[in-house]
Amino acid sequence: MSILVDKSTRLVVQGITGRDGAFHAGQMLAYGTKVVGGVTPGKGGGKTDDGVPIFDSMMDAVEETGANASVIYVPASFASDAICEAADAGVGLVVCITEGIPVNDMVRILPYVRERGTVLIGPNSPGIISPGKAKVGIMPGHIHIEGPVGVVSRSGTLTYEIVDHLSKNGIGQSTCIGIGGDPVVGTNLLDALDYFADDAETEAVVLIGEIGGSDEEDAADKFKNGYPKKIAAFIAGRTAPPGKRMGHAGAIVTGGTGTAAEKIEAFEAAGIEVARTPAGIVEAVSRIME
Amino acid sequence: MKLHEADARNIFERYALPVPPSRIVDSPEQAGKAAGDLGCPVVVKAQVLVGGRGKAGGVKLASSPEEAAEKAEAILGMDIKGLKVKKVLIARAVDISHEFYAGIVVDRRSRKPLMMVSPAGGIDIEEVARTSPEKILKTVIDPVWGPLPFQLRAMTAFLTDDKEVAKQIGRALSSLYRAFMGIDASLAEINPLVLSPDGKVWAIDAKINIDDNSLFRQKETASLRDESAEDASEVEARANDLSFVKLDGNIGCIVNGAGLAMATMDMIKHYGAEPANFLDIGGSSNPQKVMTALRIILRDRNVKSILINIFGGITRCDDVASGIVSANDELGIDIPIVVRLTGTNEEKGKEILSGTVLTPAASMDDGVRMAIEAGGG
Repeated sequence: MSILVDKSTRLVVQGITGRDGAFHAGQMLAYGTKVVGGVTPGKGGGKTDDGVPIFDSMMDAVEETGANASVIYVPASFASDAICEAADAGVGLVVCITEGIPVNDMVRILPYVRERGTVLIGPNSPGIISPGKAKVGIMPGHIHIEGPVGVVSRSGTLTYEIVDHLSKNGIGQSTCIGIGGDPVVGTNLLDALDYFADDAETEAVVLIGEIGGSDEEDAADKFKNGYPKKIAAFIAGRTAPPGKRMGHAGAIVTGGTGTAAEKIEAFEAAGIEVARTPAGIVEAVSRIME
Repeated sequence: MKLHEADARNIFERYALPVPPSRIVDSPEQAGKAAGDLGCPVVVKAQVLVGGRGKAGGVKLASSPEEAAEKAEAILGMDIKGLKVKKVLIARAVDISHEFYAGIVVDRRSRKPLMMVSPAGGIDIEEVARTSPEKILKTVIDPVWGPLPFQLRAMTAFLTDDKEVAKQIGRALSSLYRAFMGIDASLAEINPLVLSPDGKVWAIDAKINIDDNSLFRQKETASLRDESAEDASEVEARANDLSFVKLDGNIGCIVNGAGLAMATMDMIKHYGAEPANFLDIGGSSNPQKVMTALRIILRDRNVKSILINIFGGITRCDDVASGIVSANDELGIDIPIVVRLTGTNEEKGKEILSGTVLTPAASMDDGVRMAIEAGGG
């Protein structure tokens, strides 16, 4: 099954003529994702080197191609508008890679997006991949193999590190979803866990968390109250000092809360195994899958 | 980005909050003059970007211009929690019959602004949250409307029975919200919001943190940044598009990706050593960035070895390796550097590193262990 993206995904790349958009559109196509169009306002009418048609607007792109998803490689100052445009065009799924969107924009966009029945992943996300089916984002496809473990993470390269360990040990992934490193995101840990809960192909979920916010603690509550899939976790930032933003806008311990220690404690109290190192996830997953 | 109280007060004033008049000065003479112009008594307040100024002796009442100058002299140059006081605020003092708290943050759980009010103002709100949470009323605000009148009624009722006072507080809360959204704050706080014996409400302190992501469209506010209050290396890193946080240990690390960088620091500690820093070099294999990163880390005399931990993915390992080699050549580094490269063209990357003094590691675990050993265990 996988969640949110699969062989039926028809993808539009917003910002396709920019450096990142162009490069990653090619990478996603090479992976086998159905990239059906691209949008850059003012540059519509031509095609990319790979033959992908370029449109001036999301509305045009969706009308012409029947797209049901979009991915955004657009600078932070324009990305909020790109998200709203995609939602308004009715794509259903929007994946925003862009880092640096003002938090208050996200606060204002979420109701707009929800009203239109759109699922937003990100921003500041590496994207989402269902191995063997579709890659929507910047992750290296070749480290992923198909299998029964769902992965949800706030991070990019840390996810790749963990997925690489899993794949090298024959533990494949149903879908890997990067919810992003910002404090306010379209799909949070709890939303992602709900998607995996309903997915028949996912037997276990690896949760990669980090300092800041209370998503992990809320997830622990969910697990305590009977979550239908097995869980293993890794939490980054045990050594992060308080009050400092650790790269991600959302990775900050404020007012003494949101520490890695608290999150790990919450998981352990819910009976969830938390690996001590990224490589340790393999053992944790093997144990829970027995 | 943190703002000084003086700048936050100016912003609050622009949004029609009742802020007592004040002036910012940097000498005792100017302090005396300001006190004379504003009318005594005044408060002399250290302008440093930390909390607990009062406890540290950085906030003093003065009943005459001479006394204001004296207090200013004592406070200027003071070290408060590692920061030197370079300026003081002279503000007209207000008699206080009650202190309230009012603040706004973005609540991550509801993904909306959250307004907090408390009748226990003038003290550390985190302390109140810990010991008497029932004294804080939290209200989620709809971003389309801002605080609705029924919400303002509930918040003011939580603080006072007096209708006139409630009106003033209600206006202040609306203004605080408009300021919060208008300047893209991540935190906007008035602690304390006070009631005077004459029935007037005043905002006698102001704290604003600006969302770093919004600085591109808050240019005027962005220019208020006080870099002298920040670690010089962190300032340089930011200017070069690197994320850097200095720590106390002696194993330096350069990593691509914030989560992986945190996990690398954690792993260093897990294997018994202490990380010297957090450094996220981002997604590019640009040699200039590698050079800047190495230069920043090497400034720290405590650093005994450096681990470069790259999960290449789409970034090419041969590009990264070339960048590291030229950076190392140019900077003439004499401490051990361990390099872990995984991903596209990793074999080519390892080839480039072989024959140099850079030590290749096959995995993140190996890399961390080798860096610790090379740093003297």
